[in-house]
This record gives sequence, structure tokens and C-alpha cells, in this order.
Amino acid sequence: MKILVCISNVPDTTTKIKFDDGMKSLDTNGVQWVINPWDEFALTRALEIKEQSSGKIEKVSVINVGPVSTEPTIRKALAIGADDAFRIDCEPSDSYTIATQIAEVAKNENYDIIFAGIESSDCNSSAVGSMVAEFMDIASVSSVSSFEFNNSDITLKREIDGGKETVKIQTPFVAIVQKGICINPRIPAMRGIMMARTKPIKVSSPVSTEALSEALSFEVPPPKADCKMIDAENTDELIELLHSEAKVL
Amino acid sequence: MSIIVFSENRSEKIKKSSLEAVAYATNISKNTQQAVVSVSIGNVPNEELEILAKYGASKIISINAPEWQTHDSQAYAKLLNEITEKENASTIIFTNSNIGKAVAPRLSVRLKAALVSGIVSIPSSYSPLTLKRKSYNGGAFQNVQVKSPKAVLTLNPNSCEVVENPQAVNIENYTPNTPTNFQTKIESTDVTSGKIVLTEASIVVSGGRGLKSGDNWKPLEELADALGAGLACSRPVSDEGWRSHEEHVGQTGKIIAPDLYLAVGISGAIQHIGGVSASKVIVAIDRDKDAPIFKYADYGIVGDAFEVLPRLIESVKKFKNI
Ligand SMILES: Cc1cc2nc3c(=O)[nH]c(=O)nc-3n(C[C@H](O)[C@H](O)[C@H](O)COP(=O)(O)OP(=O)(O)OC[C@H]3O[C@@H](n4cnc5c(N)ncnc54)[C@H](O)[C@@H]3O)c2cc1C
Repeated sequence: MKILVCISNVPDTTTKIKFDDGMKSLDTNGVQWVINPWDEFALTRALEIKEQSSGKIEKVSVINVGPVSTEPTIRKALAIGADDAFRIDCEPSDSYTIATQIAEVAKNENYDIIFAGIESSDCNSSAVGSMVAEFMDIASVSSVSSFEFNNSDITLKREIDGGKETVKIQTPFVAIVQKGICINPRIPAMRGIMMARTKPIKVSSPVSTEALSEALSFEVPPPKADCKMIDAENTDELIELLHSEAKVL
Repeated sequence: MSIIVFSENRSEKIKKSSLEAVAYATNISKNTQQAVVSVSIGNVPNEELEILAKYGASKIISINAPEWQTHDSQAYAKLLNEITEKENASTIIFTNSNIGKAVAPRLSVRLKAALVSGIVSIPSSYSPLTLKRKSYNGGAFQNVQVKSPKAVLTLNPNSCEVVENPQAVNIENYTPNTPTNFQTKIESTDVTSGKIVLTEASIVVSGGRGLKSGDNWKPLEELADALGAGLACSRPVSDEGWRSHEEHVGQTGKIIAPDLYLAVGISGAIQHIGGVSASKVIVAIDRDKDAPIFKYADYGIVGDAFEVLPRLIESVKKFKNI
């Protein structure tokens, strides 16, 4: 069996978000790029189950749709332990076009399990994983917070309102994962970083597709009014303000 | 043409977020002369379904066959495709919930319809449809234009005011043609009954590392009880095992948008704020007056949580006469 993990290249989550080009694109000056946190969780869990599978899972690959500038992030995924990588060489536009590219590779290369994060920390679209599944016409399970692989028997837990559901599923399928899927994301060790240098990144051209939506511009939220400070002794006043001024009580 | 709203229910009640979605659809329908059709899956009594008509649905398609009551994303997308064709729909609206996130993208691919997710306000243009959505974990909004004939939308909480727009009640009990050979087999369901669901709570009380230990949660629980609030926590709190992962809010946890978010002993890291910034009002209690949380809060108290909480509980009880 083979696992494919979708990797998105995103600004570090502490980045101060600014835009340029008439609010059309992110000002990337000084931005540190990282693996999308949920993809990092997914990759970690994929590697864990591979190691526990007594050889049943032969490899874990990663895929990124992006220009050559995303390669440091792909190398990081390889350093964490992925066996090889695909990069589809294009500027990602909307989720639809990204999912088209990933589904193409997953189908042609016969991946059995595809992991995606529940969202990317830049676009917050929660779209790519489920779209890949639909393009491939295979099952998908979303909001997955636990993934057990026992002798090819797969048990997942997914979040539902106020609880969890335990789900059984057969390959092939897409698992769209969230927090809880692994304890701590793995960080690259020195040995991993050395080994990653020689691991293959297969670069290919995108298949033709068209975006269904167009991003016009960004806006930043208006600055918040100053915080109204209330004396620690005076909790009655807080409640009164929440009632009569903020009208939330 | 019509606009379809996928309405969700829990314990036989239509969720508030789904009424918002119907109100949102009604807003679009008024500007584009389309009918609003609401789809409900599950065992919801007719009196409850009628609420959807009150907020603007001129037709309610009810599917209550038991085999449809468990969720399979692939089958649900096919089912909604079937209903989109049947109702000649241009726009299909979900809430940005677990199910919305699981089904809307699949439907978008089936229909070759643009997906715009996490919408935060009513459209800025109806033709072409142009929408404002959340991005960068609330650090920015993105304006997106739909280029395809059809569109699939998911709504964040508070994207639209819930206003009544009563329609004649028209409930159609529907038996889908889509087969129910689900690939996902539900083994068991573990729902904590009686607990307030975080993502639906209108008030959320949240504790951070400032509370020092899981044993110190009593006053926070008491405050939540008095307010009828849901309980949340910061990431280190769930990482330490003081509270369950289900309560973790923030960029990597749950994203919530209650009317009131009350943070106690939470410093206000950017990743935490990412999950709560859509709250209408934020109150912070922290002993450090320079804690970043006060930059995001509307009201703040500088003080020791263990001294402030008991007083606050008393104030709430006094206010509520309990
Ligand atoms: C990729 C990534 C993703 C992340 N995702 C999330 C996320 O989703 N959610 C999240 O919460 N964090 C997340 N974090 C972690 C985040 O960066 C912070 O570390 C975390 O939010 C801090 O939690 P805290 O505010 O509870 O603790 P601290 O930062 O330690 O703050 C504790 C606060 O309590 C106050 N305090 C101490 N004692 C008292 C007292 N007696 N009374 C009153 N106040 C007191 C202190 O003054 C301080 O302000 C993420 C980090 C990374 C790198």
C-alpha cells in the first residue's frame, strides 16, 4: 500500500499579514514559509502507521502544487521522513485547480490512502482533500481525529457535533485530518535532513484545468477599539456592561 | 431557478446556523428572483421543519429514510447533485460545519461549480456573485468572484442577520434515487449528551495555562454553568491533558464565533486568536496587564483568576437571580 500526503506551503502562523499590489496579493517580504500545520499532523501520522504496518505500507509520498520556491518546504517534509515527493509546477489558484492536479497524480500512481489537512492556514478553504476524492470518485472521511491501521483494517474517528463517530473504511479513500490525529508533529532530525538531500522530488507540468472562481482582493479587519478596562474588584460593572452596552447577556 | 439550503439538525431541532443559511439564501433570492428550497435529512418533526418556511424557504424537501441518517460524504454529494438537478438550482448553501466541509467541496466538483467557503457577510454583488470570506485565520478577508454558472457556498456563523420572511409551508417527503451503498461504515457514536456544543454556543468560557492545573477548572465550570456557556481551552491546556482535545480552540483546534468569548489566563497568542476572533465580544481576565489578549479584547480585567472568578460568578448569579 502507498500513502500520499498533500502538503501546502504557507506563511508561518506568526506572520504579520500584509498585502501589496493594490491589496491583491500577500506581501511576502520577510515571510517564513512552513508546512501547513494540519499537513504536518497528517504526515506525522502517515509515517507512524507506515512504521507500525510491518511492511504493509511500503511508502509515504508527499505532493505539493506550487512553483520551485516551495521546494524548501517539500525538502522539510522529506527530512521529517517522507520517502519521495511530487511537485506540480504551477502557481496554485483556486482549490478546484489544485485538487485537479493532486487527483491526477494520485490516480495515475495508484495511491491507496490520501491524506489532506482540514484546511490550509492561509486560505482556510477546507476544500482540497474532499475535492480530490470527488475527482477520483472514491470515499472521503473528513474531520478525522484518529487513524488506526491494524493489519490493513482501518478504523477512523471523526468529529461530529458534540462528539465522535468511529468509522470503518476500505481503501482507496481520502482522510481529511484535524487536531488529535497525532500527539506532536515530528520535526526533522539531522540525519533526516542529510537523507532528504538525496530523496527524489519529481517535478511535472500541470494538466489543463480552469479556475471556477477569481480572488479579487484582500481586506484587513478594521482595527479594534481599545479594550475597556474594568477594576478587578468590580465584576458587577463588567456584567452590567455586557448586558446594557455590549448586549450579549 | 432556485437556491438550495442544506439544513442541519440535532436532537430533532433545526440548528440556528441553518436558519442563518436560510436567511442568507433569502437575501440572495430577493436580489435574483429565485425560490429558496431547504433540504433536511433526518427525523425532524413537521412542526420543526416549518421554522424553515418562517425564515424564507418556499419548499422543504425532507428525507427521513433511516439509511440516509448516517453521513457518507460521497453519497451526500451525489444526493445533493440529484436535488440540484431536480430543483434546477443555481446556488447551494451549507454552513461551514463538519458536514458542510465534508460535502460542499465534493458537490462543487460534481457540479463544476465554484466553491466559496467560510463566507462572512452578505454578497457584495449578485451578478457576478461576489463574496467576502475569511482567510489567514481571520487575519484578513478575501473578496472572491464566482466564474461558473453555479456556485456552492459555506457560511461562517454571523454571516447574515436572521430575519423572518414567512412563506406558505410546503413540505415534500422525498425518496432519493441515489443509492445508499455507503463506503463509510459507522461502528459507534460517542456523543456527550447534555453538554453545550462549543461551535454552537452563544457564550463560551475558556481557560488557559494561567489556571496552572486541570484541578483548577472548578470555578470556570461554575461560571460556564451560571452563564449557560460552553467550555473551551487553549492548546497547551489540552496538550497537557488538563482538558480534552475537544475543548481546544484556536487555529489548530476548533474555530468558534460566539456572541461572548470570555478568556481566563490566556495570553492571546496569534494562533489562539485565529480561532476566536470572529466572536462578537471578547472579555479577557489575565494578571499581566501587557498580555496580548487585551489587544483583541473589548473588555478586560487585570487580576488573579482565582480571585476574580469567584466574584464574577457571584455577579453573574446576582444578575440572573440564581
Ligand atoms: C503551529 C501552531 C499552532 C498553534 N495553534 C494553537 C491553537 O489552535 N490554540 C491555542 O490556544 N494555541 C495554539 N498554539 C500555541 C500558541 O502559540 C500559544 O502557545 C498558546 O495559545 C498559549 O496558551 P495560553 O495562553 O493558555 O498560555 P500562556 O501563553 O502561557 O499564557 C498564560 C497566561 O495566563 C496568565 N496568568 C498566569 N497566571 C495567572 C493567574 N493566576 N490569573 C490570571 N492570569 C494568569 C499569564 O499572564 C499569561 O498571559 C499554536 C502554536 C503553533 C506554533
